[in-house]
Amino acid sequence: MSYEEKISPIHLDLLKEIGNIGAGNAATALSKLMNQKVDMKVPSVRIVSFNEMMDLAGGTENVVLSIFLRVDGDAPGSMFFVLPLEQASFFAQRMIGDKTITFEEPPYSEIGLSAMQELGNILSGSYLSALSDFTNIHLYPSVPELSIDMVGAIISYGLVKVSQVSDYVIVIDTALREENLPNSESVNGHFFLLPDPDSFQTIFKTLGVI
Amino acid sequence: MVATSEIIKIGIADLNIANEHQSLRTSGLGSCVGVVIYDAEAGLAGMVHIMLPSSNLFKGSTINKAKFADTGIRELVERLIGNGAHVSRLKAKISGGAQMFQHTTKSDLMRIGPRNVDAVKEELRLLNIPLLAEDIGGKNGRTVEFTLETCMLRIRTVNHGVKEI
Repeated sequence: MSYEEKISPIHLDLLKEIGNIGAGNAATALSKLMNQKVDMKVPSVRIVSFNEMMDLAGGTENVVLSIFLRVDGDAPGSMFFVLPLEQASFFAQRMIGDKTITFEEPPYSEIGLSAMQELGNILSGSYLSALSDFTNIHLYPSVPELSIDMVGAIISYGLVKVSQVSDYVIVIDTALREENLPNSESVNGHFFLLPDPDSFQTIFKTLGVI
Repeated sequence: MVATSEIIKIGIADLNIANEHQSLRTSGLGSCVGVVIYDAEAGLAGMVHIMLPSSNLFKGSTINKAKFADTGIRELVERLIGNGAHVSRLKAKISGGAQMFQHTTKSDLMRIGPRNVDAVKEELRLLNIPLLAEDIGGKNGRTVEFTLETCMLRIRTVNHGVKEI
């Protein structure tokens, strides 16, 4: 039986709660940083094929600004913060106070990129530390790296580990929604947490659900 | 690119073959490698979207051959030959294998792009399939499309435009 077939509905609920705690904390950090309320939807936990994973992120060729980091420690995995270019530009403008900053096409503003890098750092840090505090599982984020490119090319790095044991990936997906934007119903970004296959046993064992 | 030709899409860790009236396309290659093998005379081309260098890395139960450089290329060649291609006429073009991120972690994970490229080249060498053209490495994602009409591999990137090899 491959690893994703051992996951029960209780496990999925638990992972969802983990996502909720992490994302809630990240949303608070982001709202403070932007000085306006940013909402995260209730996370969804899905077991998807690699191609479906790309569809979740808008399709392989969708061009995004993404911050990627590896999580080391007790439950290793990959984490992505994925933003449409328009949304990323808006965040950078807001952080720096310069409305001319855009990531729609190069050359990208250096200060804009470093602001986004820092944003990624703060958000992933707050997501993971909340998760770590709640579960008592030690997690250490690597230095986040930023890329503006096709989402398929970026997310595939999060699939390298899991692809060695399966053709399916378990993803904890939290959509970002900003209330003040005109089309506030639409999704303005994603947090994707992709634990490595071996990490699930650690998570479930630590939380007493086997 | 002829507008009327049918496009066969290759997903991640997937492979397929096409005739003269079809083109093959795979999108969002990062560390993955898109390998095209074709026999122009027989009017047959195939593409595989490889994720990992070797099937030795696989620890699961059911193997998807198209995922790995060694098994993926062999499977593709078998499919081509099974449909009438001649092994001595096969030629290859490859693209992808970028190193999108420069993480300083010790793991091999971040070097997966270059490792995929090395493994693909080794497999082609073992099978005596000449590698006519390549567009590999770098730090950017690629979408590639191949048609037998020109035998050219068209490569699109986000910030470096389009080129053909």
